[in-house]
Amino acid sequence: MTPLLTSDAQAALSRRDFVKRTGALIVAFSAARVATELGLAPESVSAQGINGVGSPQLDSWIAIGADGRVTAYTGKCELGTGLYTAQLQLVAEELSVPLDRVTLVQCDTSRTPDQGTTSGAQSHPTNFNHANLALACATAREALVELASKKLGVPTDQLTAADGAVSHRSNGSQRVGYGELIGGNRFNLQLDKNARRKPASEWKILGTSVPRVDFPAIVTGRFEYVHNVRVPGMLHGRVVRPPALGSTLVKVDDGSVQGMPGLVRVVVRKNFVGVVADKAWQAEQAARRLKVEWTAGRQVPDQRTYYQHLRSQSTTRQALTVDSGDVDKMLAGAAKVLRSTYYHPFQMHASVGTACAVADVQATRATIYSATQAVWPLRNTMATMLGLKPEDVRIAFRMGSGCYGVNGADTVSYDAALLSQAVGRPVRVWLSRQDEMAWENYGPAFVIEQRVGLDASGTIVAWDYEGWSISLGGRPGYNAPGNVVTGYLAGFQPQGVMPRAPAPPPMNFDNGSNTAPSYITGTVGNRSGGCGVVQSERALSHTIESPFFTGPLRSPARLQNTFAHECFMDEIAASLKADPVEYRVRHLRDPRLREVVTAAAQKAGWDRRPSPRNGNSTRRNGVASGRGMACVLYEGDNGYCALVADVDVNLSTGLVTVKRCVAAMDCGPISNPDGVQNQMEGGIIHGISRALREEVTWSGERVTSIDWKTYRPWFLGDQVPVIETVLINRPDAEAMGAGETTITVTAAAIGNAIFDATGVRVRQLPFTAERVKAVIDGRS
Amino acid sequence: MSVINLRVNGQARTVDVDPATPLLYVLTDDLALNGPKFGCGLGQCGACTVIVKGEAVRSCSTPVQAVAGAEIITLEGLGSPENLHPLQQAFIDGQALQCGFCISGVIMTAKTLLDRTPNATDTQIRQAMSNVLCRCGAHVRMLAAIKKYQQQRQDRRTA
Repeated sequence: MTPLLTSDAQAALSRRDFVKRTGALIVAFSAARVATELGLAPESVSAQGINGVGSPQLDSWIAIGADGRVTAYTGKCELGTGLYTAQLQLVAEELSVPLDRVTLVQCDTSRTPDQGTTSGAQSHPTNFNHANLALACATAREALVELASKKLGVPTDQLTAADGAVSHRSNGSQRVGYGELIGGNRFNLQLDKNARRKPASEWKILGTSVPRVDFPAIVTGRFEYVHNVRVPGMLHGRVVRPPALGSTLVKVDDGSVQGMPGLVRVVVRKNFVGVVADKAWQAEQAARRLKVEWTAGRQVPDQRTYYQHLRSQSTTRQALTVDSGDVDKMLAGAAKVLRSTYYHPFQMHASVGTACAVADVQATRATIYSATQAVWPLRNTMATMLGLKPEDVRIAFRMGSGCYGVNGADTVSYDAALLSQAVGRPVRVWLSRQDEMAWENYGPAFVIEQRVGLDASGTIVAWDYEGWSISLGGRPGYNAPGNVVTGYLAGFQPQGVMPRAPAPPPMNFDNGSNTAPSYITGTVGNRSGGCGVVQSERALSHTIESPFFTGPLRSPARLQNTFAHECFMDEIAASLKADPVEYRVRHLRDPRLREVVTAAAQKAGWDRRPSPRNGNSTRRNGVASGRGMACVLYEGDNGYCALVADVDVNLSTGLVTVKRCVAAMDCGPISNPDGVQNQMEGGIIHGISRALREEVTWSGERVTSIDWKTYRPWFLGDQVPVIETVLINRPDAEAMGAGETTITVTAAAIGNAIFDATGVRVRQLPFTAERVKAVIDGRS
Repeated sequence: MSVINLRVNGQARTVDVDPATPLLYVLTDDLALNGPKFGCGLGQCGACTVIVKGEAVRSCSTPVQAVAGAEIITLEGLGSPENLHPLQQAFIDGQALQCGFCISGVIMTAKTLLDRTPNATDTQIRQAMSNVLCRCGAHVRMLAAIKKYQQQRQDRRTA
């Protein structure tokens, strides 16, 4: 069997057969109605479009054919993290059917329920579809047992569902297959929130390391990525982006490309410019030759002093995550106060493949094949862009290159659609490397200042956090196409920052961005949502408008904040000559966070002593070795993780080499242990790349990191550490995220290890050899 | 436009294109192959890698006319899901990828190295992979899969 997962033909055939027999599709419902019917709080299904409105109808999720094959429909998509396979496991498990009898149709507005956005895949529990797809499967399994009871004349409590059939518990000859019970017919049932979900103790398929079902097709070049979608009559487009930030279009000289082979049309819409040709190479040639006049760009403040610029802004949007009201008083009365400032650069998604989409826009309807994380939201903004009704727009997901957040997938979908609309034929667009890197939605820069007060025994009695970050645009969501570059060029405004000061008091403790450190109580009202013991606490954030588009990048804000918290915690421990692990545990009250910290330290053979390592005995040939720890409860409630990193630092060059990483994680019940390990390892390597190398650069009015020489991530020839993982499985706990945990702590653990090795604290990322060397030499 | 004869995955193919067209575009659009991918168009990342006359070649920056008549192998030509090449099998066995977009660069580069230098040292392997990018961070598993394949080749030779 070749699992060509995204094969339109296969899925469409199955769905068409089903629809023919059972009537219309049921995919769209109001959020409020779904919430009411499932007994959920409305915000739980509609928050920021992350979860979408779903569907209360069982037939929207599950169809069973006469042959017993199951087709499941999901609004959560595969982004390269293994979510497709994990969802197959979920369906097979809850429905008691063999894995190879399940087909999963993912993220297509014409077929699958609206589940909003697949963000932080494998990092958010909703993506595992525990709330709805699993509930649908459990509802279906119970319905099938009911049907079998009638058919066999046996009470339901004497029946059991397994292997795609219902049978008598003690008389196996009384058995009826799912296909015979329901095959081709609708269930006509609502999701039953009381349907019995299988506890992890009964799992046979979930909880096992099922290999990725898409890998055989991928490694043999048979897999259909969005880049491989081929539509009859398809033309090829290429965009012409402005030469500088803030440039607007003055004029396009169509004559400059007249007569070029294969050229179909030059397309202009406000500041959006592109060309369409018969072939990709012809479009590329024409885009290069097209003469376009633009206004001068807008200067971005000097990169060398950018953090000071960011820190000095007075017109900001403020937010308080927590404020006990007594922080200034406690700091004034503390035996000792420590203070530090940390700096995190702009970084980019820098997907290995540039973004691509295929659009077929006709006068009254449109189909767009897109690698977006958000098919339903994109349907709405696409309709706005094209002047169509949302119901006349179909967005069909096809996997792209790994995205790690809002890369170019949405913007290129607009590019392809605008060009297709202009020529009335299907158009494929892939971006040039430069166009992708110069205009993507970067992960934002941060400046983070912290102070703590210590009592005479060295215990932290007050923690004060103040952070400055920046924002422009982001996910387009359901109504903001201007949040990415194409929408902006076509005339839509990005969501900027509305200044607001002072910050309103927090209504509840929401640590979704990990703004608050793990060591505070996180007390708002009567509830303490933090992991720690420090009662005097304040976390104040400032956001200003960015000169570049920004957006979610793997572990958005959580990585930046955790870098600052966990390095600062290490500084505090060092100032007291305390062991960094013991000192952490002393300020933590959440037993699960304490456990991952202890487990990682134990596995790593952590040597109890203060940092830095004393003496020169470990310094061979001018190389110093050290180890560092960092931990986090990701998003404040979505995955416990601790990491120990061992590094070598070359004292004469400043070059940092990560030798070994030991990560411990607790994400509740584990759906696929090897899949989780793969995510943990990938997060560490991605984290090393970001910590040691990555930084968006600019000069004047232009971004200058525009290819793999000027923005150099970790290549396969670069030295990688030995990675060891500890998985703490909690079968009875709620599922938590796993995909963005290790990357959140990697930079901090490395920074702490550099300190342990050298005795110098580097407070700015990335830890390039030049920067580390300068700090060692006392030059910064 | 000009007629160019190619030999791709053991089959004779004829295309009528601008001879300066990058080989990748011909493979992707004229011959409907999915293996090689557009990563950068600059020969910097490896996603477009194919094997031409035993060499790993960046098809995004190789004009099609330069490989007329030469034997070209893409990921599809190495093996099929039903009949995997041992190197492809090693990647599945080790679950050694994530999004998989980079995999032509990884597998084709490793194969050409080990065909030429079966006993390549770890340093030589890293050297060969130094301009191949995986952005998901599957590096450790990928290098392990390459080593496993190398070990199997060596075992077969000595058996």
